[in-house]
Amino acid sequence: MSTPSRYWREIPQRYRKEANRCAPCDLIYFPPRLICPECGNRALEKTVLAEKGSLMTYTIIRVPPSQFKDQAPYAVGIVEMDDGVKLTGQVVDCEFDKMHTGMRLQMEFRKMYDVGHSGIICYGYKFVPEY
Amino acid sequence: MEGIVGYGAYIPRNRIKVEEIAKVWGADAPSYKKGLMLEEKSVPSPDQDTITMSVEASKNALKRANIDPVKIGAVYVGSESHPYAVKPSGTVLAEALGATPECHTADFEFACKAGTEGMFVALNLVKAGAVEFGLGVGADTSQGAPGDALEYSAAAGAAAFIFGRENLVARALETYAFMTDTPDFRRRENKYYPQHGGRFTGDPAYFKHVTGAARGILEKAGAEPQDLDYVIFHQPNGKFPLRVGKLLGFSKEQILPGWLVNKLGNTYSGSSPLGLTSTLDIAKAGDKILLISYGSGAGSDAFIFEVTDHIDKVRDLAPRTRDMLDNNKNYLEYGEYAKFRHKIRKAD
Ligand SMILES: [Zn+2]
Repeated sequence: MSTPSRYWREIPQRYRKEANRCAPCDLIYFPPRLICPECGNRALEKTVLAEKGSLMTYTIIRVPPSQFKDQAPYAVGIVEMDDGVKLTGQVVDCEFDKMHTGMRLQMEFRKMYDVGHSGIICYGYKFVPEY
Repeated sequence: MEGIVGYGAYIPRNRIKVEEIAKVWGADAPSYKKGLMLEEKSVPSPDQDTITMSVEASKNALKRANIDPVKIGAVYVGSESHPYAVKPSGTVLAEALGATPECHTADFEFACKAGTEGMFVALNLVKAGAVEFGLGVGADTSQGAPGDALEYSAAAGAAAFIFGRENLVARALETYAFMTDTPDFRRRENKYYPQHGGRFTGDPAYFKHVTGAARGILEKAGAEPQDLDYVIFHQPNGKFPLRVGKLLGFSKEQILPGWLVNKLGNTYSGSSPLGLTSTLDIAKAGDKILLISYGSGAGSDAFIFEVTDHIDKVRDLAPRTRDMLDNNKNYLEYGEYAKFRHKIRKAD
């Protein structure tokens, strides 16, 4: 379970999809890295992830981790974003029998989970069918 | 001159029809449909709240404004369904947009008027020169008690407006506020559902304040109803805005482009602001738009905007309000709806 301090540290990625990019290698890192593992470049530039992508593969979670129990069953997919980054995330607002690989998805800001009834509400991005 | 530099809407995909609610409570659906002019309403997904919808609407506004979000110096969210009782909604919104840390943020509450309050303050801070850009958002995921008349209308949606001084899509020509202490509707601390005064919510509340604000701003602007191209009133049901429009001398043609309530329901703080985003979607340069909100308790904020030719360049940079209302709909049965809205008590 995410503590408030860990959740807080991840806000630039969770809320704004902040990543970084190695220009010589034309590679995007998410979460951001300090050094490009391909070429050793330390001058990585800040960027944000693309908002849309295509579903590569997915599964339906029926026995979830405890903080997601109210949401089960739910779909989790690997999505290739239009900038080439591959992300894992929940796919929502889509019936399971309408999901298919290659379908167009976009990110939407959602509640990820509540930490009990009195803890923090964790927000971040999930995937929904493209408008 | 100050005005709107970007606007955006967000409407969730789920809907429930009046018939589906009436069936469960043994109520007469045709009388709701005819009496209140309601057909269906929007329902948020279980992972959506005022904050998530505010973020989506504001991102759409940002796309149209095409500005660096860090220049937004004020972020105001108006809602009667802020997710936290104490922690602000505006901090999450400002952080998600990238407007922090040099940013003034506050959450507004004034029943259904909270959205236009945020707009009013953001616009006037820009006017005063205190901030370069100000964001005002109206958003709600409102709840009516099961079986209550409000359950047929209480809906979810958000509208966001970024105010600035250059590259305006609409100039703010006039503002006006009309307010008295009128206890027509309230929700006490720790009560889950609001109480309303039945017939008392009509004449001394909605009609008095909406007409008061309309007449006040028209007089201030030296305008007559026919000088406006469009008018948007708060929409608690289908009938009230049409009746108050007629009373004030506005035609249906002036009202209908921003009249979304028959398919959307009452989105409370988002209601009249979504009427404005929908009207901006179709307005032409030179069109004048009158916006009048209403919040129980009770009061109305009024604005007159004049659309510029810049709107044609930015209109299609984000989804249009009517498209979100009419497309990609997912109809719920009452059981799913009750689960989505957390109306079912589960074991801890
Ligand atoms: Zn590299």
